[in-house]
This record gives sequence, structure tokens and C-alpha cells, in this order.
Amino acid sequence: MSRAHLAVAGLAAALLAVAPLFLNAYQVDVLNSIGLYALLALSLNLILGEAGLFNMGHAAFYAMGAYTAAILNTRYQIPILWTLPASGAVAGAFALLVARPVVHLRGDYLMIVTIGVGEIVRIALVNDVFGITGGANGIFGIGRPKLLGFTIRQPQEFFYLIWGFVAVTIFLFLRLKRSRFGRALNYLREDVVAAEGSGINTDYYKLAAFGLGAAWAGMAGTLFAAKMTIISPESFSFWESVVLFMIVILGGAGSIAGVLLASFLVVGLPELFRELAGARMLVFGLVMMVMMVFRPQGLLPARERF
Amino acid sequence: MFSARSAFLSIPSPAPLVEEFLQQLTNGLAVGGIYALIALGYTMVYGVLKLINFAHGDLFTYGAYLGLTLLTSLALTDRVGFALGVLVLVLMVMGLVAVLGAVLERAAYRPLRESPRLSAVVSALGASIFLQNTLMLIYGARFQVYPDGILPSATLDLFGLYLPLMRVLIVLASVLMMVALYLFIQKTKIGAAIRAAAIDQDAARLMGIDVNRVILLVFLLGPALGGAAGLMVGLYYGQINFAMGWVYGMKAFTAAILGGIGNIPGAMAGGLLLGVIEALGAAYISIAWKDAIAFCVLILILIVRPTGLLGERVADKI
Repeated sequence: MSRAHLAVAGLAAALLAVAPLFLNAYQVDVLNSIGLYALLALSLNLILGEAGLFNMGHAAFYAMGAYTAAILNTRYQIPILWTLPASGAVAGAFALLVARPVVHLRGDYLMIVTIGVGEIVRIALVNDVFGITGGANGIFGIGRPKLLGFTIRQPQEFFYLIWGFVAVTIFLFLRLKRSRFGRALNYLREDVVAAEGSGINTDYYKLAAFGLGAAWAGMAGTLFAAKMTIISPESFSFWESVVLFMIVILGGAGSIAGVLLASFLVVGLPELFRELAGARMLVFGLVMMVMMVFRPQGLLPARERF
Repeated sequence: MFSARSAFLSIPSPAPLVEEFLQQLTNGLAVGGIYALIALGYTMVYGVLKLINFAHGDLFTYGAYLGLTLLTSLALTDRVGFALGVLVLVLMVMGLVAVLGAVLERAAYRPLRESPRLSAVVSALGASIFLQNTLMLIYGARFQVYPDGILPSATLDLFGLYLPLMRVLIVLASVLMMVALYLFIQKTKIGAAIRAAAIDQDAARLMGIDVNRVILLVFLLGPALGGAAGLMVGLYYGQINFAMGWVYGMKAFTAAILGGIGNIPGAMAGGLLLGVIEALGAAYISIAWKDAIAFCVLILILIVRPTGLLGERVADKI
């Protein structure tokens, strides 16, 4: 990362850190939504952007995490932030389970399967599977998060929780990207056959990317459950997966900065133009088509590695 | 209910359990015929372009909405009688949706013919979102209702089994269209060109086939059948929604994979089979899980036999 990049990143981080002091509760809440989407999109970026696996069922893993947190919290009174490891583990394990038999499928087939998985999970939640998900109404009365004896209630307080988590995620994922693991994922994306020929265990790395990305989405689900205090299946519809997919592709697959920028644009812009809210998805669809013709690599593409 | 009535009329009727089964089976065949018609669009495009046309389900929805608009605004059935009116309606809807399909190909897919697969998939998805939301802005997000009274609610008596007339018509019409398409693909010169382009585009080009025209033709034929399927759903269920294309599209795509993607008779068989599986599953397992059945079938088939039941073309595994 060059010095100019560092300066821009530092400035953006500093601006964001003081933003809650100048914004009203509604605006901070929008930033919180952006933070959650950024977190989810970063986790999807690991699967879709770095490893090139078309996952369009990311909302399923997000839902797994959110429901794990909600069930542990409301049934067993486990403090919500303590459920983070469990949410991550459940979402990650579920991802490994469903991805294992299909991960070798070619791009668009994998995409169809993940769409199917996402729908099956949503239908299962609506049907109150095992009698623990609360059906279409979902689960309510989720406890507020407590950190070092301090209860987090206000949007301003959530802002620091969520964006703190985003900051940690960025740091870890940047490290991961530069590691042997990250290089292996990129190699998979560029050419699976060549990667296999170079001694990379492709199935292992594909599954690892799936598991890790899903686990991170699961933890984002915990934060979502804590923020909303009520969750229901409609928060985890197919369109959530589509929006996340779009954020990664528009930002630039494999580019952390691009994914962050796209989170602001995709989640933030519609809030600025609320009177046009009905046309929001229409514009997205159009942007996706136009982008693929004129700038398929995304807004801030990752630098070429090979 | 049916058996009670037939007992009253003293017509010999099947036992209640068999009757119930036959009702579900015929219902499954009607829905399956609709899936099959949509699946043909997926499978033909996939055969030639190796692309999942995500917007195909939305073209199907356009068929349903165009059908509704034409049905209510032109009042064809009042003017020329039911049979002729519906026939004209079907042809108009098929023509209009076919044009829409061709426009879609020009706008969303042709510029990306040489691009990586991901670009085309994302563009297809964008087109789907765009089409769906255009429909929502025009007609609103509510369910739209096909008017009562225009359509006959008559039932047909088949050896003591009372079937809604519309169900029988849909099965017949979809089978008729499928047979017509099959003969067109297998027996005509243009059909041979489509098959050639599906096997090897470059070789087809060397044989003097204009591959661009073949692609255009595929994007006319597939959406025409999909549009007809949309109209059928409107006529059969009476209720349509701007977003229904994606569920039907996913199921039809499942049907295409079930039969072996790229394989035209496969799509027909897959559609009918999926419709029957779904109807029986909803009746005998659980109605609440109805929509999950198709997705489970999809995942199972991709794990166990990715080439589909009749698939000769191998879905490449890497």
C-alpha cells in the first residue's frame, strides 16, 4: 500500500470515527447499517472476491448466525456478545456441510445451488423448524449487548461496536490477503486447473474460504440481532444475498477498499434519495448491466497479482 | 367432496384416495407443463450461449401481465368468442414477449459475448432486477387479479374424475407447444442450425450458419414459450405478482437441470416430472415446504447426477 493510499485510508477512518459527534441519531443509524453491510460484504468478498466462488446465498449464513445468537440469548440467557463464537461456528459449520458436496461445481451452477440453499434456509425459518425459530414472526426480546459492564443502547454506541468490528475485520482480512492462504485463494480464482497443478489442494482452500466467510457472516448476524433486538426470516431474503453480491462486484472483487466504498454507495445512497426509494432496485439493475459493459472490474479493482 | 357428488349422481367414481391422487397428479402435470415451457427457454439459451439467462423468469412474468392487460383492455373474448379470443391472446402475448427477449439479448448479453462468464451472469441478474422493478413501478407491488367471468370455470368429467377445464387445456396446450418446438428443432433446416450452433459455434460458423441469427432466434423462441407460460399461470391461478418470475424461473431452471441442461426433450420431461413431484409432495408431505421441494431436488440432482436424467451434454466439473 503506497503512502497516498495510507493517507486516504487514515483520513477516511478519522472522519468516520468522529462522525457520530456531528450526526443525528437517524444518520448514525444509517452508518450502522452501512457498517453491517460492509461486514457482510467483506465476508462474502473472501468467498466471491478472493476465491472466485459464486455464492448467492450468503444471507443463509448471516441468518444462521443471527438465529444462533437470538436463540442462545433468549432461551439460555447467554449475553449476546458472548454468543459471537457460537454464531460464527454454527454458520461456518453449516457452510462446510452444504458446500462440501457442491464446491467443485462450475461457477454458475454453484451460484444456483447457493440460491437454493438460501431459499431452503429461509423457508425452514418461516416454518419454525425444530420449533425454535419462531416461524414468520421470528424471535423478539433479544438482550442489549454489554461490554465491560456498559450496556450498549444508543445508535452512537452501536456505531462504535459495529465499526470497531469492521476495523478489526479489515485488519485481519488484509493480513489474510497477503498470506500464503490469501495467495492460494487468488490462484483458485484465476485458474483452478493451474492452481491444482501447482500443488494447491483446491477443494481444501475452496472449503476454507466458504467456512471462514460464512463464519464471519454469522458473527455479523449476532451484531444484527443485538442491534435490532428482533429478527425474522424476512431480513434474510434472497434480495439480501443479491445486494451483498452486488456490493462485492460493484466495488471490485477482491478489493477491500472497493467493497467498503460500494457498501456506502449501495446502502447509503438510497437513504439520501428516499423519495426515489421505489426505483432503487431498478437503478441497481441498470447499474449492474452498464458496469459489466464499461467497468467489469469494479469501481476500485484489486491490484493485479500475477 | 367429489366422490360424494358422484355418489349422489350415481356415477361410478374412483375410491376417494385414488381420486385425490389423480387430482394431484393432473394438477402436477398442468404446473409441470408450465415449468417445462419456461425450462425450454433456459435450456435453449444455455445450449447455445452456455449462459443462465436469469432474466428469463421475468419475461415469463411479462407474459402474465401483458396477458392481463390485453385481456381486460381489448375484451377479445367478448368480441370473437372465448376460444378464438384466447387463441389470439396467446399469439399476441407470445409475439410481444419474444420481441422483449430479443431486445434483452441485444441490450444485456450481446455486448458481453466475449467477456468472462461472471460478467454475463451479473448482467443477466441486473436485467432481471431491472425488468422486475419496471413491472412493479408500472403495475404496483400488489397481486393483480385476472377477471372472473371471462374464463370458463367448467369442469370436465373424465370417467367420473372431475377436472377443471382450464387444467386440461393447459396440459394440452403445453404439450402441443412442446411437440411443435421439438419438430421445429429436429425437422427443419433452421432447427438444425440451432442444434449445430449448440454443439460448436465456430464449426457452425464455418458451415455458413449465421450464429448471431441463431442466438437471436433462440431469444425469440424461448421468451415466446415463457410468455405463453406466464399467460397460462394467470389463467390457471387467476392471481399474478411482479416478483413471481423468480420462483417460477428457479423451478423451471431446476426442471432444465433435472432433464439435462441443453437437452430439449430433457427440459420437457424435467418440467412435467418436477411439477408432479411438487404437487404430490405438497399434498402428501407438507404444503408449507412446497417451495423447498424444488430446491432440494435441484441440489440433489447436482450432487448425484449433474448431467441430469437425460443429459448427454456434460456440465463441466472442474
